[in-house]
Amino acid sequence: MWVDIASLTLMGGVLGSLLGAAAWFLAVEENPLEAELQAMLPGSQCGQCGYVGCAQAAAALARGEAPVTLCPPGGKATAEKLAKRLGVAVDLSQHEDKIPQYAVIVEDLCIGCTRCIKECSADAIFGATKQMHTAIAEACHACGKCVLVCPTDAILMQPIPVTLRTWHWPKPPSWQERMELEKPVSHHWPKPPSCQQPVEA
Amino acid sequence: MSMTGVGPSAPFTHAPASVGRTMWLVLLALMPATAFNLYLFGWPAILLFAETLGACVAAEALCLVLADRPVGPTLADGSALVTGWLLALSLPPWAPWWTGVLGAVFAIPLAKHAFGGLGQNPFNPAMVARVALLVSFPVAMTAWVAPHPLFAANSPGFVEGLRITFGAGMPDTVSAATALGYIKTELTRGVPVSQSIQQTPDLLDMALGIEPGSLGETSMLLILAGGLFLLARGIISWHIPVGLTGSLFVIATLFHAINPDRFTSGVFHLTSGATLLGAFFIATDYVTSPVSKGGRLLFGIGCGLLIWVIRTFAGYPEGVAFAVLLMNAVSPIIDQYTRPRRFGRTRDGEPLPVKREP
Amino acid sequence: MARLFPMRGGVHPEYRKELTSEKAIINLPLPDLLYIPLQQHVGAPSELLVAAGARVRKGQMLARSDGKVSTSQHAPTSGLIKAIGDITAPHPSGLPQPTILLEPDGADAWAELPEPIADPFSVDPKVIRERVAWAGIVGMGGAVFPAAVKLDLGNQYKIDTLVINGAECEPYITADDRIMQEHADEVMDGARIMARVLNAARVVVGIEDNKPQAIRAMQWAAEGFAEVSVMAVPARYPMGYAHELILAITGHETPAGKRTAEIGAVAYNVGTARAVAQAVRLGRPLISRVVTVSGGALRHPANLLAPIGARVADLIEYCGGFTLSPARLVIGGPMMGQPLPSLDIPVVKGTAGILALSAAEVGERPQSPCIRCGACIEACPVGLAPLEMAALIRKDNLEGAARLGVEDCIGCGSCSWICPSHIPLVQYFHYANGMLNHQEQERRRNERTKTLVEAHHLRLEKQAAAKQAAQAARKPSTPKAPNDKASA
Repeated sequence: MWVDIASLTLMGGVLGSLLGAAAWFLAVEENPLEAELQAMLPGSQCGQCGYVGCAQAAAALARGEAPVTLCPPGGKATAEKLAKRLGVAVDLSQHEDKIPQYAVIVEDLCIGCTRCIKECSADAIFGATKQMHTAIAEACHACGKCVLVCPTDAILMQPIPVTLRTWHWPKPPSWQERMELEKPVSHHWPKPPSCQQPVEA
Repeated sequence: MSMTGVGPSAPFTHAPASVGRTMWLVLLALMPATAFNLYLFGWPAILLFAETLGACVAAEALCLVLADRPVGPTLADGSALVTGWLLALSLPPWAPWWTGVLGAVFAIPLAKHAFGGLGQNPFNPAMVARVALLVSFPVAMTAWVAPHPLFAANSPGFVEGLRITFGAGMPDTVSAATALGYIKTELTRGVPVSQSIQQTPDLLDMALGIEPGSLGETSMLLILAGGLFLLARGIISWHIPVGLTGSLFVIATLFHAINPDRFTSGVFHLTSGATLLGAFFIATDYVTSPVSKGGRLLFGIGCGLLIWVIRTFAGYPEGVAFAVLLMNAVSPIIDQYTRPRRFGRTRDGEPLPVKREP
Repeated sequence: MARLFPMRGGVHPEYRKELTSEKAIINLPLPDLLYIPLQQHVGAPSELLVAAGARVRKGQMLARSDGKVSTSQHAPTSGLIKAIGDITAPHPSGLPQPTILLEPDGADAWAELPEPIADPFSVDPKVIRERVAWAGIVGMGGAVFPAAVKLDLGNQYKIDTLVINGAECEPYITADDRIMQEHADEVMDGARIMARVLNAARVVVGIEDNKPQAIRAMQWAAEGFAEVSVMAVPARYPMGYAHELILAITGHETPAGKRTAEIGAVAYNVGTARAVAQAVRLGRPLISRVVTVSGGALRHPANLLAPIGARVADLIEYCGGFTLSPARLVIGGPMMGQPLPSLDIPVVKGTAGILALSAAEVGERPQSPCIRCGACIEACPVGLAPLEMAALIRKDNLEGAARLGVEDCIGCGSCSWICPSHIPLVQYFHYANGMLNHQEQERRRNERTKTLVEAHHLRLEKQAAAKQAAQAARKPSTPKAPNDKASA
């Protein structure tokens, strides 16, 4: 019996050591993770994630300091890609993609101060000192910086309107969702609060 | 303007097909064979059959309630009934009642609803139940009996039937072996096939069903009629039945020609056991078989070959259930490799080359 | 008759064409107001030529072609331009589009039309193409692609077959059937003219075999023209899909993503051929079309020759209104048509049918889970696997669906039609293709934004560098300590 135990232990030890040595000597050089992650981000340096620029956000992601849902313009698609690359499990079922927006300058309120023009990260605002300013819709990527600096609150973020060109069929409800929609609503009396549950005012 | 609230898109017309219609046609196809065999095996078989069906439907209802799904409409699609029917057909006709109930427990909650309900199970629920019962209770599941037609002298009456199914069980004295079982046992005793085959029922009896076996194993002709009915109505396609019976027949005949003492003939394989039931009703189950025609043919051929291998070399005399389950496991891979060619593209998905001068 | 090549997949819906197949085309009386959208075609919207308050005559150009892929719009009758504004488009979204409102004056007076082309078979094909372009002719089978642009394909590819599409595979619709029966000679004339422009050696008119009278009429019209033949194709939906019809007639499959012209065939609808004949022989632009108004909820189904811009409400009123509340109002056929957002929608160049369907005809039932029966795979004419794609799309895996070929989906609806579980398969594919397109647009937009942001940074750096250079230039004598300069 002792021979069995000894021989198996010895085999385990030798083979385990071989595996460990292989992991050390034959380790694969990791490509810089940060560059990969940065490529997945939109790259507009809008700052909505709280980091200065997409490179910093990628660095934070690589260090594991930032959640994969950090990028609002990237939406669900970007979060999924990041999660896949980082091997992180994330529940995006409740994640609502931000409605695409663009900046609109209300001409009645604009005083021509050019603060927004200087702030705009994509040079999307057209105008000059004491002249009317206009945000060019196609260039705006909704970083929101202009809204913050406008002294007269003349800039609004509007949802990008759906046109005949951009409209498409919505996702049909699954048969479970259909059943939920068609379920007859039954009226229940709400459960009375027990002593342990706080009563909400 | 939102993208929602526009209602459904085209098409605004529909074929008369529905899931319920399909299931009820399958049951209709099974009815002649089932009725004849219930008659052949008498009251215990009738009671076991009814009780198994009831247990399956009850299990389905319970699972639907637990899953918070509408019970009425889902039961009406008939899928639980079909599973129960096929399960009942694969039990020994005089088996005790708990085989039906346990079979229902294996088939409906475990093999079907645990995976997500209708359309989600990877394995045929009736076969999962049968195999689980066979492995767990080999004696009860192989206690075959010779036919005791309903109104004949030696047939048990209703009360006797109740006692056999729900009470003390089948007396040992009436047990008989199926043809497959008999030949296998004789082979282990060294008796060659050519000899033992004399003791099995002759071809006509096997075709008509006057032989020991489960309810679905007997009456080859009525099963075949039901299967052809399903083919004619377009419920099943010919690929699985032809693949299964064809490959089984070919390989059996081949080996029988090589060594008739060891291997039984192709005809014997086709007519014994649950071959035809499996070919037309079990292997053709939509959910667990491949979706394309080529895939189905491969599936059928695989089933046929496995049936022969299991019957000839494995420890069990009957191989249909195991063969179907094994091929179910391979169905997703078959599906992946047998997708049709897309219009305007080669099999690899690249656009077809333009063969003309512009 | 020449050899036919078999079709893969497809389904056999209930055609119900008997509601209107025996009814001759009736001219719809002029309604009180006409709504002519600036975009009734594929390509750039037409450029307005008139303003509100202008008086126009019948056939006068109201908006001209804008760019290479575009077409023009003409006044369907004489009258006053009341306004130009946004009107609900004939589109399921109910979104508006710029539309010309024309109030007929009742005189129906023609404008000065171009001269008929005396001999279209000897004149330079360019002349014919220009006339077709002027006339605002688009593909009237529903694709609404500018016909003149397609006629240019003869210069880019060697075309040996011009296929005239008389298949009309959608249920209920009989517009093309009646056109072939009543105006076979015009269709034939237009077809031969187009064949000449395309330099096509032969013309084949493909008609489904459920239209025997149309086949006979076209055969009679084809007599004497050796290059023209009429082929009866099996009635199976979607035989009218251009690639499918070309496969049936020529035996060649159009490679994915390529034009049919690359395999030597071009297809045009019979209505388009007739419009070409009218433009060439009579100098008339496209200002009306035959519309089948049908359905179980309609009192008197009919085939109407309606002016472009007539409202759906006008056509339905002419047909006696509804006998019961329709479960669905559809523009087009029941298999691929669009649901109508309201009755105040104009008939446009691509409107082949208006249907008021009863609940029984629609046959809608609650959805149940997919049972993997594979009927959808058998039905799909493109060879896709609808059940697998829909399962992936349901889980929001659009890339997976794209790998399985969802972008090849032609939207025929055969899969949804046949599904025993009543799953709206083709809507999943409309959604997926729409989303994939949207994501592609977003990707492009992000690329553009990246470029803009980089340019912004570059500009700032340049400014900073220029500023420093200017500072350095102003103080040349002051020696710079090594750590003096602030780093950029």
